[in-house]
Amino acid sequence: MNVLEVKNLRKSFEDNVVLNDLSLTVPDHTATVLIGASGSGKSTLLRCINLLDTIDDGSIYLDGKEISDPEINVDEVRKNLGMVFQSFNLFPHMSVLDNIMLSPVRVHKLPKEQARDEAMTLLRRFDLADKADQFPDRLSGGQQQRVAIIRSIAVKPRLLLLDEVTSALDPVLVNEVLSIVRDLKADGMAMVLATHEMGFATQVADEVCFLKDGNIIERGPASQVISAPQEAETKDFLRRVHEAGRL
Amino acid sequence: MSNDSPARETSGRALSWTPSQRELERQASRKSIGRKKALIATLSSVIVIGSLIRLIVTSPGWQSVKDTFFDWSYGGEVLGAVAKGLIVNIRLTIIAAILIGIFAMILALLRTSRSAALTPFRIMATAYVDIFRGVPLLLVILLIGFGVPALRIEGLTNSVLILGTTAVVLTYSAYVAEVIRSGILSIHPSQRAAARSLGLSSSQTMRHVVLPQALKRVVPPLLNDLVALLKDTGLVSILGVTDAVRAAQIASSRTFNYTPYVTAAILFLLITIPLTRYTDRVLAKSMKRQNAQGAA
Ligand SMILES: Nc1ncnc2c1ncn2[C@@H]1O[C@H](COP(=O)(O)OP(=O)(O)OP(=O)(O)O)[C@@H](O)[C@H]1O
Ligand SMILES: [Mg+2]
Repeated sequence: MNVLEVKNLRKSFEDNVVLNDLSLTVPDHTATVLIGASGSGKSTLLRCINLLDTIDDGSIYLDGKEISDPEINVDEVRKNLGMVFQSFNLFPHMSVLDNIMLSPVRVHKLPKEQARDEAMTLLRRFDLADKADQFPDRLSGGQQQRVAIIRSIAVKPRLLLLDEVTSALDPVLVNEVLSIVRDLKADGMAMVLATHEMGFATQVADEVCFLKDGNIIERGPASQVISAPQEAETKDFLRRVHEAGRL
Repeated sequence: MSNDSPARETSGRALSWTPSQRELERQASRKSIGRKKALIATLSSVIVIGSLIRLIVTSPGWQSVKDTFFDWSYGGEVLGAVAKGLIVNIRLTIIAAILIGIFAMILALLRTSRSAALTPFRIMATAYVDIFRGVPLLLVILLIGFGVPALRIEGLTNSVLILGTTAVVLTYSAYVAEVIRSGILSIHPSQRAAARSLGLSSSQTMRHVVLPQALKRVVPPLLNDLVALLKDTGLVSILGVTDAVRAAQIASSRTFNYTPYVTAAILFLLITIPLTRYTDRVLAKSMKRQNAQGAA
């Protein structure tokens, strides 16, 4: 069963064609990693899947149901999608616990007690229980991003979208965030993630997709796309990443 | 942020150090620089303010000005009446502030909403704000205070107090709506995106994520508007409401002495100066918080 199917997706901003006839399939419990140069459309693809951007053509299916239908209730769709942003986007006026409980209580109508228990269980699991009552500005970047990830999985989404969740962090903080993602992957959470961390991509990816010029130029297991790329453009991209010291 | 506690530990250790000779010299020289600065500030204030006072007091007309504007025994005589008038201003301010808060919030929410069904209301709210921000408050007071009774609509009030308050509320709601709207627009779109991606509807996003942050940001400008509102309630005296301004007017027209006006001004200042100081403090605090947030 496929959690996500993207068929012939097109998206432009005015005359800038960002996604050009792109197709993608994500089977349940698998992780798909998007790699590609800055501006290749990774964020745009994730935002389209989450219906934050409207698409120009093509269709998107979540659990076999078309969500790119304009008649669909986007709030209902987003109940099944978690999204984590590069810049955390925690709500600064709410404590860590309230950030995590907001959607379970307001959107999924869970009783407060139950939402609190579940949030605390997650915080304990990821070593953040002592931060429950803190406000986001008292947390390190790595802690903020871990809270943001917990917030997005607190509603048990079918699919998690992660957009460069470590690129705003100091190198020493990257690992604590990546280890959460690895844990979630081990739990069987289906995910699509954009990243510049090739080492991490290799560890977590079931499939790696290399984006260029609005399309997927090369796709396959990490052992192929990252370790032994076939296409000249993929090789070129990886060489530049390597030169920048990221491999 | 995370290195908060180690920093406190080091500063704790620093307390037990005996300062070096160099540090003692530095402290002494800092102290002497501070003394010099205080001396300069005092001297320059005394000279500037002193010569201004001298200029006024030695001017040829000073004695007559003193008698007509600063006759303190007469001022004390009318104090009770003027103070009673000021109570009217204060009550009017409180009632108006509450009504303005409600009305302005509705206007701001209408103007920032994107719902298709609300389009006519959005247009009306925009026109309303444009009109009432562009007409002098005094004109609105006159138009409503004299215009509404002239319509002779049955059941409509003729109370100048209510009509005056209405005019103030109508005008200030337009100002305050714009302040609230600017607060709403100042919240970064990524906050809205985060809320929507969690499944919150657009009205839930407004209520739980955008508005709480926006209102916190506009507290200082709203306090400024509150000070202005208190002063502007004096304008309803033109309709014959016996507020502080009107009370002073009555007292001074009886004796052709203007001290009651000065008395009223002093009474207003007794409220507005603390309120302004408080506003400055709130503003400084909120700037500090926002800077800290930007650094995090
Ligand atoms: N809201 C927008 N309006 C106009 N153009 C946009 C918008 N969002 C993205 N773009 C353009 O779309 C293209 C793809 O951007 P996108 O953010 O998807 O790239 P990315 O692969 O995520 O890059 P990065 O690795 O830097 O995050 C860029 O050329 C960008 O300028
Ligand atoms: Mg991006």
